[in-house]
Amino acid sequence: MEPVTTIDGRAIPFGRKNIDTDAIIPAKWLKTISREGLGQGAFEALRADPDNIFDSPTLKGAPVLIAGDNFGCGSSREHAAWALLDLGIKAVLAPSFSDIFSGNAFKNGILTVVLPQEAIDRLMEVAQTDPVHIDLDAQTVTTPFQDRYTFEIDPFRKSCLMGGLDEVGLTMARGDAIARFEQTARDERPFLAQGTGVPA
Amino acid sequence: MAQTPRTLYQKIWDAHVVEDRGDGTSLIYIDRHLVHEVTSPQAFEALRLAGRKVRRPDLTLAVPDHNLPTTARRDAAGKRIPIADAQSAAQLEALEANAPAFGIRYIGDADAAQGIVHVVGPEQGFSLPGATIVCGDSHTACHGGLGALAFGIGTSEVEHVLATQTLMLQRSKSMEVRIEGSLPPGVSAKDLVLHITGAVGAAGGTGHVIEYTGQAIRDLSIEGRLTVSNMAIEHGARAGLIAPDDKTIAYVKGRPYAPTGEAWDKAVDWWRSLATDPGATYDKVVVINAADIAPSVTWGTSPEDVLPITGIVPAPESFADPSKQDAARASLDYMGLEPGQRLDEVIIQNVFIGSCTNSRIEDLRAAAEVLRGRTKAPGVKWAIVVPGSGLVKAQAEAEGLDQVFLDAGLEWREPGCSACLGMNPDKVPAGERCASTSNRNFAGRQGPGARTHLVSPAMAAAAAVTGRLTDVRELA
Repeated sequence: MEPVTTIDGRAIPFGRKNIDTDAIIPAKWLKTISREGLGQGAFEALRADPDNIFDSPTLKGAPVLIAGDNFGCGSSREHAAWALLDLGIKAVLAPSFSDIFSGNAFKNGILTVVLPQEAIDRLMEVAQTDPVHIDLDAQTVTTPFQDRYTFEIDPFRKSCLMGGLDEVGLTMARGDAIARFEQTARDERPFLAQGTGVPA
Repeated sequence: MAQTPRTLYQKIWDAHVVEDRGDGTSLIYIDRHLVHEVTSPQAFEALRLAGRKVRRPDLTLAVPDHNLPTTARRDAAGKRIPIADAQSAAQLEALEANAPAFGIRYIGDADAAQGIVHVVGPEQGFSLPGATIVCGDSHTACHGGLGALAFGIGTSEVEHVLATQTLMLQRSKSMEVRIEGSLPPGVSAKDLVLHITGAVGAAGGTGHVIEYTGQAIRDLSIEGRLTVSNMAIEHGARAGLIAPDDKTIAYVKGRPYAPTGEAWDKAVDWWRSLATDPGATYDKVVVINAADIAPSVTWGTSPEDVLPITGIVPAPESFADPSKQDAARASLDYMGLEPGQRLDEVIIQNVFIGSCTNSRIEDLRAAAEVLRGRTKAPGVKWAIVVPGSGLVKAQAEAEGLDQVFLDAGLEWREPGCSACLGMNPDKVPAGERCASTSNRNFAGRQGPGARTHLVSPAMAAAAAVTGRLTDVRELA
């Protein structure tokens, strides 16, 4: 994963609330066994309209998406994050995100920034004509007009994003701690350690 | 020393902390991992590329469900009937190859136990109370009906669990949804969870793990509890939980992967301790009076768009929130409904009885009870019943339920996810309505342009009989 530090550029003022992952990437696109090329199916139903915001000449390929409450609700499909990534989106700004989507976005180096509705409204306005600037280290979103919004981010996620770290590799390095836990758990709760009985 | 009172969620969490990183994140051990064909191929591929193996194949169970056709899978000679959609076939083949390559138990399409992962896990005794259970599928919350901490994950997390049997997680907030009193006659677990979703809102549970409590929850069968917890994600919750009790223990006992002997006794002792302590507090509490709940139906394109079947389609202006007004306008436009229209006059063309929410034996019995001696209305073009697993199918056939469905003019299918999301050929045509026992009414969910009305199995059966959304109590 590439390290994330700053994100600069136009933001798509989408703004809609409760955008579910079926809207981000419909089920027919989930039949792939690859992570690539899903941008084609991103927001397919909305993009059937030739005047849609995602394909407008000034916003196509913009790195930031501004959305409404509860963005990414519904299915756990990581294809939603892969589709956004393939569209060129590196950050999504919204008043709230579904927990699973937010986790999936993070694993793919997409920053999900939670901002109050007032900030989102103002950024939607700015995005009509001008770019935004996101600084992950400073945890700020700024505009050319002196707007400055700070956001919260879990410190672990922040360090993974900034370092471009492989989380599986990080956890595998904790293999001894996991083995110790398994030993204790086997003694205390043997019934959970049994599983299907396929040899470990 | 007296311990600080803890919620059920906290007890399960505490029992699974491998390491607390001190920055709000903990490494949490995962006891059970269910894998299906849609969200796993990229995870297995990543393991392969990195030369990594599955840490605990014995805690992992693979079952295909999303892409499988619900028509016959084997010809008379027992030979596999090829799947027309090449991509669906490739995804199924990938799982069939990956499971044995990584040493994972695989319940394939010809196995009598095959079914929807969330039906198979509890049915096989693989899903246990108090366990942490994950699957690359948001309806994993379902297993919380047994008192397991179960939640959906993305493909990167599937890879993480396969490689390490853990996840790096932040603890969620806790929320209690308490249902006081008993459900009125004719009101099912599905009506209850639809009502909860309407009351809490599609994002009301975001960042929370919900524990469902109260008399109406205790009264539910385990299957009813699985239905309720299944839809925790539809009100935004990370997971749903229902404390295990005697019914839970009786349900688990004797299932293929359930513990036996000494391990069983130890398990029962622990399960009996898995209740929220008196004095423990939740971050948020919602109280609902069971007497207020009627057979419910969705009118819009978010699962929160729920009303009693006796209601009318709402006017967008009736919502206080301007963004909800816009959403309601878009929903009504998509659904082809007018404000003020009676919900029980909405004509439907399709009926889907199935999905991880409502495809267990009790669901099929409830639908069959309404359909017995009746036939589907002439306007209903397509009505299918898709059992949740091969074992549910066999049980239903042993009880003669399949014949009830067939006599009523419904189709009796093979198990799988089917028209809940239409990854296989089971789709609702554009512009047509479906009374569906599934869990999501999102635009395009059951097929491009399809209009979904979420209902209980009995209500879906009633709609099949009358050809319109119907209060099942009228047919009693």
